Amino acid sequence: MSDSWAKKKNANTTSMSRDIKIKKGLNIHLKGEAEKTLSKAPRAQVFALRPENFHLVTPKLTVKEGAKIKAGEVLFYDKNQESVQFVSPVSGTLKTIERGPKRVITQLVIEADAKDEFLAHKTLDVEKADGETIKAHLLASGCWPFIMQRPYHIIARVNKTPKAIFVSGYTTAPLAADLDFTLIGKEEELQTAITALSKLTSGAVHISVGRDSNSPLRAIKDCVVHNVSGPHPAGNVGVQIAQIDPVNKGEVVWTVAAQDLVVIGELLRTGKFNAERVVALSGSCLNAPQYYTTKIGSAVAPVIQEAQLAQTHSRVVSGDVLTGGTITHQGYLGFYDNTICVIPEGDDYEFFGWNKPVFDKVSTSRALTFSWLQPKKKYDLTTNTNGEHRAFVVTGNYEEVFPMDIYPLQTLKACMVKDLDQMEALGMYELAPEDFALTEFVCVSKQPHQRIIREGLDVMYNEIG
Amino acid sequence: MALKETLHNLKEKYKGQKMAPAFNAIHTFLYAPNETTHGGTHIKGADDLKRTMNTVIMALVPCLVFGMFNAGYQHYMAIGQGVAAGGDFFSTAFWNWDNLIFGAWKVLPLVAVSYIVGLTVEFIFAVIKGHEVEEGYLVTGMLVPLIVPVDIPLWMLSVAVIFGVVIGKEVFGGTGMNILNPALTIRAFLFFAYPTWMSGDKVWVAGAQERASQIAAGMELDSISGETILGSLAQNKAAGYDLWDMFLGFIPGSVGETSTILILIGGLFLVFTKIGSWRIMLSAVLGALVMGMMFNGVVDAGWIDSSSKFYRLMSTPFWVHLIIGGLAFGIVYMATDPVTASQTNRGKWIYGFLIGFISVLIRVFNPAYPEGVFLAILLMNVFAPTIDHYVIQANVKRRMNRLKVKNA
Repeated sequence: MSDSWAKKKNANTTSMSRDIKIKKGLNIHLKGEAEKTLSKAPRAQVFALRPENFHLVTPKLTVKEGAKIKAGEVLFYDKNQESVQFVSPVSGTLKTIERGPKRVITQLVIEADAKDEFLAHKTLDVEKADGETIKAHLLASGCWPFIMQRPYHIIARVNKTPKAIFVSGYTTAPLAADLDFTLIGKEEELQTAITALSKLTSGAVHISVGRDSNSPLRAIKDCVVHNVSGPHPAGNVGVQIAQIDPVNKGEVVWTVAAQDLVVIGELLRTGKFNAERVVALSGSCLNAPQYYTTKIGSAVAPVIQEAQLAQTHSRVVSGDVLTGGTITHQGYLGFYDNTICVIPEGDDYEFFGWNKPVFDKVSTSRALTFSWLQPKKKYDLTTNTNGEHRAFVVTGNYEEVFPMDIYPLQTLKACMVKDLDQMEALGMYELAPEDFALTEFVCVSKQPHQRIIREGLDVMYNEIG
Repeated sequence: MALKETLHNLKEKYKGQKMAPAFNAIHTFLYAPNETTHGGTHIKGADDLKRTMNTVIMALVPCLVFGMFNAGYQHYMAIGQGVAAGGDFFSTAFWNWDNLIFGAWKVLPLVAVSYIVGLTVEFIFAVIKGHEVEEGYLVTGMLVPLIVPVDIPLWMLSVAVIFGVVIGKEVFGGTGMNILNPALTIRAFLFFAYPTWMSGDKVWVAGAQERASQIAAGMELDSISGETILGSLAQNKAAGYDLWDMFLGFIPGSVGETSTILILIGGLFLVFTKIGSWRIMLSAVLGALVMGMMFNGVVDAGWIDSSSKFYRLMSTPFWVHLIIGGLAFGIVYMATDPVTASQTNRGKWIYGFLIGFISVLIRVFNPAYPEGVFLAILLMNVFAPTIDHYVIQANVKRRMNRLKVKNA
């Protein structure tokens, strides 16, 4: 094939709507899926912003303890890119700045007012505004951290223009909030945000929706809408990028989570940084799992109580059970999360757990594990590791659940030995830790895949940048 | 449950101490640990390494049981007290107490020595190096008694196991780090250290060695010929067994390798449970068939005649290679060892094919030791990383080309 023809073909495939069918993967069906009813969560009295949600950000505080703050007011900025600011999701008083070892800020705790007082930004007509104006507006208003970039899966670097922007509107992760449901009624905000984003890239904004879904994202303009189908991780934006327009060396793409588009859209339309979002409260430890409207950084205790906690010996996860972070029952909703899962802790021994037939756990093998008999059955999985950490032994099982043209085992090993050339050659620029969540789930050797990838990306970022 | 708490308290007590790995190995054998996830996925799949290894052992048990009966059967046949089973798999001439008792008496010590010596080495290394006892030896320890001749002295087996575990595995860092299949390293050590034992015609049937020394001492007895089929063929003699016997396994050979039908069932079980790689098994069978066909072709073309010392093995119908010797056993249980095999799916095709191909090649051209499969697997163990390298380079190149096309 001649190069010019190939180039043309490439150009076509990146700007046309496509049907993306994912075959490899694994749907993990868990008990405690959120029922599709929406209630307003009781307003929490305390909120917190946790800098650990923002990878590689070194926070520089702009407020002091005891300060009165409005919703949308800057709390800190990133020392490495000073124009990137992080704002308060709520109005109130900055109660404490909690620090960990080496005086690293762990969280900023805000005592909320009864009613939010918003910092007023100007509104923007995104149809007319140019890219620079929009960018400056997003930076000034604290919306920039919603934009993530690949390579490295970090907050977008301000000085780089992405070749494309990707949004996944398709949910496949276990117990995760269904975007088809949480985005209902947000069409205007979504449209505004997408139009704004479309001016920040040299290419297109790509949105993926479930093939048979009636997602509110389907009717959005100024973007390319793709239909995705298949098992998890088909809904992961990284898998979609790999299918639509993979990241090559030297290229940058941005990703924005669909629920964050709503905040961006509302800010541009009304001038208010409204941290409100629809969150799925799910997990088998809840009697009444359902959807709630709450806010970024909100303490989760009141809303968990609302959903009727059935088992106190349980783990609260901000995010889905494959990629989310552990928070305590007194914890706070993460900046990027639209799911809170409460699942049973599994810190108990199991007699002859390694050789007796297993009917109540999920497995991709059939080694006296019987989840293959009932692919639709819902499981009540605990946090038990089901075995001990070992060296890599089994091969070929990651590939079954890893739908990218990348060798997962070899990539992990390259990261572990910090072989930069090999990492680059194997395709690390395309990857985020979440892409290795399923391989981590099925890993017989119980290796921490997501951490290995995260550390690998950090090494690359520090060395190559 | 009281035992559970007692063990838990002991575990806490010994945490961080030198003997902790040894205690934990026994503890986790009884109870799957109470560890919970932290940092990554909050839930985990059901499989761990113990379960994986256990599945392989389950697939090996039929071969072991058959091996015990066969040890007795071959012995009684050789001394003229047995009745030929005559191609009937369920014949009571084979499945009877006499055969089992004699065979168990011969084979179980091999199993015991293999596990006790091997696990002792593993425990010592785990305690010295302070890591957990890993499960790799559970399978190795089962494989070893199945791939040695039944009359091997136990001290010889012990020496070989120590060599195999230390040099074959622990020096590389233990389970998952080794380059060569440990069971085959043990087999190779035996073969090259004690060649007169391992390649003669006296060790394959229990009692043959003893009988030979009795004759040498002047006793008037009929000697036992305990030659394997491959041994006979390599010496240009007829196999002496019919095809059904070979397929069902009523033939002399290493303890567990003779019954192709049980190996086939074990292989299907491994493929079904997704523990063994069907790619390796299938491609190895194809490789053996292709090489066998080539040799048959040489004979058909009249390039060699029956005076050639390779004639018998070359003219053996290509598919018969699969049911004699250790080829089937090697393909199903040894070539598929994930640590030493190719680790990419495409690489597995190449790796398996070459194992089958080279096995038959060595088998035919090495009359001194016609059992080529273990040498072929060890050779391909060494080449597996090279195969993977080129498979992965193809992927890397594809990625580079993507960039080139864009920049063109």
